[in-house]
Amino acid sequence: MFRAFVAMFNRDILLAYRHRSELINPLLFFVIIISLFPLALGPESRVLSTIASGVVWVAALLAALLSLDAVFRSDFADGALEQIVLSPQPLTMLVFAKVLAHWCVTGVPLILMSPLLASMLHIKDAALGTLMLTLLLGTPVLSLVGSVGVALTVGLRRGGMLLSILVLPLYIPVLIFAAGAVNDAAAGLAVTAQLTFLGSMLMLAITLTPLAIAAALRVSLN
Amino acid sequence: MYTWIHKFGSPKHFYRIAGKVIPWTAAITVILFLYGLYGALITSPPDYQQGESARIMYIHVPAAWMSMFVYMILAVAGAIGLIWRIKIADVMAQASAPLGASFTVLALATGSLWGKPMWGTWWAWDARLTSELILLFLYLGYMGLTTAIEDKRTAARAGAILALVGVVNIPIIHYSVDWWNTLHQGATVTKFDKPSIHIDMLIPLLVMAVAFKLYYFTVVLVRARADVLFNERRSAWARDIVAKVKL
Amino acid sequence: MGGYGLYVWSSYALALVLLLGNLVAARVHRKKILQDLISRLRREKSS
Repeated sequence: MFRAFVAMFNRDILLAYRHRSELINPLLFFVIIISLFPLALGPESRVLSTIASGVVWVAALLAALLSLDAVFRSDFADGALEQIVLSPQPLTMLVFAKVLAHWCVTGVPLILMSPLLASMLHIKDAALGTLMLTLLLGTPVLSLVGSVGVALTVGLRRGGMLLSILVLPLYIPVLIFAAGAVNDAAAGLAVTAQLTFLGSMLMLAITLTPLAIAAALRVSLN
Repeated sequence: MYTWIHKFGSPKHFYRIAGKVIPWTAAITVILFLYGLYGALITSPPDYQQGESARIMYIHVPAAWMSMFVYMILAVAGAIGLIWRIKIADVMAQASAPLGASFTVLALATGSLWGKPMWGTWWAWDARLTSELILLFLYLGYMGLTTAIEDKRTAARAGAILALVGVVNIPIIHYSVDWWNTLHQGATVTKFDKPSIHIDMLIPLLVMAVAFKLYYFTVVLVRARADVLFNERRSAWARDIVAKVKL
Repeated sequence: MGGYGLYVWSSYALALVLLLGNLVAARVHRKKILQDLISRLRREKSS
């Protein structure tokens, strides 16, 4: 079982590596969205630093959403997904490997990029560590929960817009706690409560969403 | 019990029993609405703080309760449909969604109409209104998904999974919105808080709540009954019924 | 209604519209399905 997990993980990482250019797109989207805000609101550092946490997190949310389609779409198109669902290995394990691989190639670069963008928005130095920590805890939740939505819409021809309607409301708790933590950190307050909550949401997502994703894939593929 | 469920779960019996139940629930709904409205608009005293505007409560609170209740129905019926493959559960879930969305809209709109005289603004990012707004998004997502999938059974099962994911999320959303609200609004006490409610206000409120619930059951049965007939159109009993119907 | 008439009555009116609207929609839905099924049955018989 574990070997199947590793094999699936390696396969998806390799596939992602072969299509490097596609990986850049969500990241580029993230950067462009964030750079739009100073242009819209003016370059005053005081204004920017108050909205920085919210802007970074909303942009991360949208970038995660944009990249999500890739988790299952191409495998669905070439029939590989059907083989995965039919394989004797537990489907929950396999989809978890796929989502993890997807997070490694889209979520991790986003976390690594975030300090640069945060400093462009004049975020307070004290909040930078918290921002990265919330992204580290929060983006896997986004990938996991979003994958349920992708699994439900994968068979539909125009699932993109629908996906965002399904998934964005479910992202709200992550957004609230993560952006709240960064704001509190900037104000010099303790953020353990929010981080604990994000951590427990991550644990909950890791335990429950693979089941939902597997069930959703079975329904979508009939 | 189990055999009873299976019997009621069979489309034929469902159609027959629902047909008998509908006139009764409809009649009781009307009576309860009349009694509740009499209590809400005439006998109940105006609130000592909010005056007559508190009468919006008799619509707003039952609508908000129903919006959550119907989402629970979506999830429970969805789970029953997924696990035991009972067709009626799928049909009930599908028929409930537009009603639930209507209740949510009603709760939001009356909340806004109540907020205008109380807060001086149509919309405040109050914890309950915000949760209700997110609930509306969840309903719209559910309806979007089930209408986008053409095959009815697949649509019902996909919707069931979405509703279950949503139900797990609702407490988390609710808690996070509450937390966010206390953080940003500080000590602004919303006037919706009613620690103790006068008995003359409580009774009409509860009557209205029951009336809303029965209204929902009546309408959902009318809808579900028609859907069942359509889904079973190839079976002998459905043909018999259609042959006898005069329009 | 103590100066709140507009808000109170529009709340009740909206509730009425939504509840009646849903009821009518359900009945129209039922009627459409029945009409559809009846015409299907007729077509089958005539063929």
